[in-house]
Amino acid sequence: MVALVIAENDNGSLKGSTHHTVTAAAQCGGEVHVLVTGSNCGGVAEQAARIAGVSKVLVADAPHFADGLAENVAEQALAIAASYSHILAPATAFGKNILPRVAARLDVAQISEITKVNSPDTFDRPIYAGNAIATVQSADPVKVLTVRGTGFDAAAATGGSAVIENLSPVADSGKSAFVSRELAKSDRPELTAAKIIVSGGRGMGSGDNFKLLEPLADKLGAAMGASRAAVDAGYVPNDWQVGQTGKIVAPELYIAVGISGAIQHLAGMKDSKTIVAINKDPEAPIFSVADYGIVGDLFEVVPALVKELG
Amino acid sequence: MKVLVPVKRVVDYNVKVRVKSDGSGVDIANVKMSMNPFDEIALEEATRLKEAGKVAEVVAVSVGVPQCQETLRTGMAIGADRGILVDASSETEPLAVAKIMKALADKEQPQLIILGKQAIDDDSNQTGQMLAALLGWPQATFASKIVLEDGKAIVTREVDGGLETVALTLPAIVTTDLRLNEPRYVTLPNIMKAKKKPLETLKPEDLGVDVTPRLKTLKVVEPSKRSAGIKVPDVATLVTKLRTEAKVI
Repeated sequence: MVALVIAENDNGSLKGSTHHTVTAAAQCGGEVHVLVTGSNCGGVAEQAARIAGVSKVLVADAPHFADGLAENVAEQALAIAASYSHILAPATAFGKNILPRVAARLDVAQISEITKVNSPDTFDRPIYAGNAIATVQSADPVKVLTVRGTGFDAAAATGGSAVIENLSPVADSGKSAFVSRELAKSDRPELTAAKIIVSGGRGMGSGDNFKLLEPLADKLGAAMGASRAAVDAGYVPNDWQVGQTGKIVAPELYIAVGISGAIQHLAGMKDSKTIVAINKDPEAPIFSVADYGIVGDLFEVVPALVKELG
Repeated sequence: MKVLVPVKRVVDYNVKVRVKSDGSGVDIANVKMSMNPFDEIALEEATRLKEAGKVAEVVAVSVGVPQCQETLRTGMAIGADRGILVDASSETEPLAVAKIMKALADKEQPQLIILGKQAIDDDSNQTGQMLAALLGWPQATFASKIVLEDGKAIVTREVDGGLETVALTLPAIVTTDLRLNEPRYVTLPNIMKAKKKPLETLKPEDLGVDVTPRLKTLKVVEPSKRSAGIKVPDVATLVTKLRTEAKVI
């Protein structure tokens, strides 16, 4: 039994989601190999080779892998799929885009967003926005799995010394092309990796008012997030969205400001260790999951909190 | 150009489902059902492309129980020209649905298939990508903007770090994210008109597709409950609690 992890990377560095996926792969019971696709991605391969528990890194380095196009990455994974009992990818925009293509071509089911490996063929996954957890068994010869990062600790980034092997890259599909990318620039930690998150909802009232949360996030070294309502209203960009169909987070501390707490939002953050809610409506559902709640006007409470933190 | 839009009948997004006491699944008897919200966005987009003169025909397809006819009628009230129901009473997994859609695509020859990025019941987020792979077509998942020009679909995608734009050679698959559009309210005249639109019913066998599930659900349980905490009177108490009790700052 050998498990293959498709590594998420930006040609320069390996994304943290990969380390969580390696942990899930190791729990499947056998060796763990990592597939790195990219352009001039030798550095990424070296990072992958140092992850504890990885025995081999396979690298496909070619210009048409630079932008993670699903058609090309899936084809590369398929080229080596026959050697593996499990194929895993992080349940991120990158992994979700690619892995179902691999599963379909192998004619096997995919199990999405696993949160637990019960045995090499049985996995837990949330359904209905996390309101139920299904234990699912696969009879397929290959298990194809996307891995929810919050369900597995990150594998140690150092300690391993895997063999690095170069693959001959598959040809460019020629059917899709990368045009452009607008990535948000921020000095704050990445949302899914942050220890503390300050999130705002519709109660913020405007995009400008989100500035009120910045001093709080600065004080705490926190990432900033938002509810779907705030993103839909155009207050903040889409990549801030926490929830069922946005990002799934589980920080040490989640501070929900002006967020009512729709089930779709709770699905994305209820595994946080400590939750603080600030809302003027004492009946808001967010208080039903919050460890500490403050009922009050966020425009007064947030500045007071910043001051109190000193 | 023809556009195919698969639509799924799911538990309405406002319903909080309950897990059955025997752990066999969730209780969906007598629960309000609706069209999957992402599929509604897909149909709205196809309809807008038609209204803009870019698309000649919009076909809505659903796989499932006979009641999916209602979902298809809603789809036709939004703007689909006709509907196809593939009658499969047992639960169909994304791979089986993708195979059914591939057989229909072979038959209907659409240039574009727009799907919701995920269904809000099983949260799989697979069918569009699987269909693209089976057809050998390019894909753009999590779309927030679609432009059709010169035989290509230029699609802006919502990715983890922001936005990304790709150009796909048609025929292609697009899956929708929330910000693609805001679906219209269906009006009574359009509901009446939808009743007269053609609706064809097929069986998976007619399309040569085996829908036998590959996965076995051993049990379904409720997630561990988070109990509500306390309300604190002021920020000073909050900060003290976070420092000394929760020890997270």
